Amino acid sequence: MIEARGLTKRYGAKVAVDKLSFDVRPGVVTGFLGPNGSGKSTTMRMIMGLDSPDEGSVTVNGRPYHELPWPLREVGALLEAKAIHPGRSARAHLRMLAQTNGIASGRVDEVLEMVGLAAVARQRAGKFSLGMGQRLGIAAALLGDPGVLLFDEPVNGLDPDGIRWIRNLLRSLASEGRTVLVSSHLMSEMALTADYVVVIGRGRLIAASAIGELTAQSARRFVRVRSPQIAELRAVLDGEGATTVLEDDGSLSVQGLDEVAIGEAAAAVPVVLHELAPQSASLEEAFMDLTEESVEFHGDGRPRAVTAPEAGR
Amino acid sequence: MTSTTRTEVPVPAGARASRPELPGGRYGLAGLVASEWTKVRSVRSTIWTLVVTLVLGIGLGAIATATTAARWSRMSVVGRLTFDPTRTSLTGLLFAQLAIGILGVLVVSAEYGTGTIRATFAATPRRPLVIAAKALVFGAVALVVGEVVSFVAFFVGQSLLTGPVPRAALGDPGTLRAVVGGGLYLLVLGVLALGIATIVRHTAGAISAFVGVLLVLPIIVTALPSSIGNSIGKFLPANIGVVLLSVQPQANSFSPWAGLLLLCGYAVAALVVGTVLVVRRDA
Repeated sequence: MIEARGLTKRYGAKVAVDKLSFDVRPGVVTGFLGPNGSGKSTTMRMIMGLDSPDEGSVTVNGRPYHELPWPLREVGALLEAKAIHPGRSARAHLRMLAQTNGIASGRVDEVLEMVGLAAVARQRAGKFSLGMGQRLGIAAALLGDPGVLLFDEPVNGLDPDGIRWIRNLLRSLASEGRTVLVSSHLMSEMALTADYVVVIGRGRLIAASAIGELTAQSARRFVRVRSPQIAELRAVLDGEGATTVLEDDGSLSVQGLDEVAIGEAAAAVPVVLHELAPQSASLEEAFMDLTEESVEFHGDGRPRAVTAPEAGR
Repeated sequence: MTSTTRTEVPVPAGARASRPELPGGRYGLAGLVASEWTKVRSVRSTIWTLVVTLVLGIGLGAIATATTAARWSRMSVVGRLTFDPTRTSLTGLLFAQLAIGILGVLVVSAEYGTGTIRATFAATPRRPLVIAAKALVFGAVALVVGEVVSFVAFFVGQSLLTGPVPRAALGDPGTLRAVVGGGLYLLVLGVLALGIATIVRHTAGAISAFVGVLLVLPIIVTALPSSIGNSIGKFLPANIGVVLLSVQPQANSFSPWAGLLLLCGYAVAALVVGTVLVVRRDA
């Protein structure tokens, strides 16, 4: 369990994290989403006691991080890839961490086996690929068999096999009752992994909800209608207070009325319907909608253009 | 949510269904010392800096003594009268100090440079304990290596002084103090370097600061008018080092033990300032 309350971090005049409050519960994978530069890593470092908040507080299992008696046995984290001395072996790296928290050296070999690095355990970590570095970081996170796990952008730079491996690992860790927080700037990645998401933009909380609710709440929810009498139907629906857009392909996108109301309105005229299909936004679009206002760096210096809904096809 | 597909995954081997009980007590200095010892042993830079310390300390001392022995018949009377066989045999320590200082710097700065420091502070959030463990482990290594260098350099040097050239024995007044003092000098200076590194954090910056204190400050002091230079000079670590390695008393200097105490003060001050900064700063 992680509880953040009013977490605030400033760097000079810039507010990196702004009164952020959220809970991360055990037993589910919680996605921590936001565009690059939105304050995800800073927040994770504050959870780990590496950066100190200017205001607010965060606790892990009910205590501030620095009060944990055996930090590695309660919290494991992958905060950056390859944060390891290039001249030190994977085994020595894990061993020196294990010793600080009284973890038996047998556990070092166990986690090396789990992440698939047993064969290269004695090689200098400087020779490791990015993917191997990520696996070593995950081995370090798992070392103390902790109940709370944090992963900052774990799939960055990984090949498809590695991505699938991490995805499965995160889900199985959560299914064992652990608290799992995983950050990403990719909603599509979270859609495959997370049960619950905390979305931030410019350091502020934008949404915290189950992943399904996020798409349901999105403004992109609409109904696609096709009819040989489309102009007539459109006039009727406009009269009922719906917002309608005639698409290039001849279909009508309707917002403000659900499929039941549209069907009944059409029957009352009557108008023949060829299609009546509720559409929900993809997670990617829901995420775009949420963070549109708060994207830190635009490629072209302008807010992202809203694209036509294409969800669910 | 048509884009989401989930596959059930098996629980990986070695994972447990229920949370294990935490042991009693709390992490502490003993575990940190063991960890720092593993760190020091597991990188090659340790071996290299220690080998360089040994080679410079013993080798240059041997060269200096052999040269003096060869030139003895041509040396001036003053030169012969002021000849200090102990100090000459320990000349190499004034070069070895750079190598041991670099190791002291690396013990801290390499962790910042590689990002390992965040793993360390996440594992053990009480940062003063981390600095203390580093100083203890490095100090133990530096003391052993320092005394080995000093004693070996002394014996090798004396064995090279033959014929009419005076030799020193450990039983001579002040000689044992100078040889033991040589090792202590390397220890305290190395801890000073470690302290500087906790303040500066970057390897290059910390080594520059350390070399500046040892080599550049004396040059600046020499350039000052002698009335000022003589009263400032005795506070310099390099000057204290020369006093410690010498059997004969030096002009415008503290006594050997007072100098060593002052040097300890510098090292402790650097460690304290560094620790305060490390606690305050984000890692």
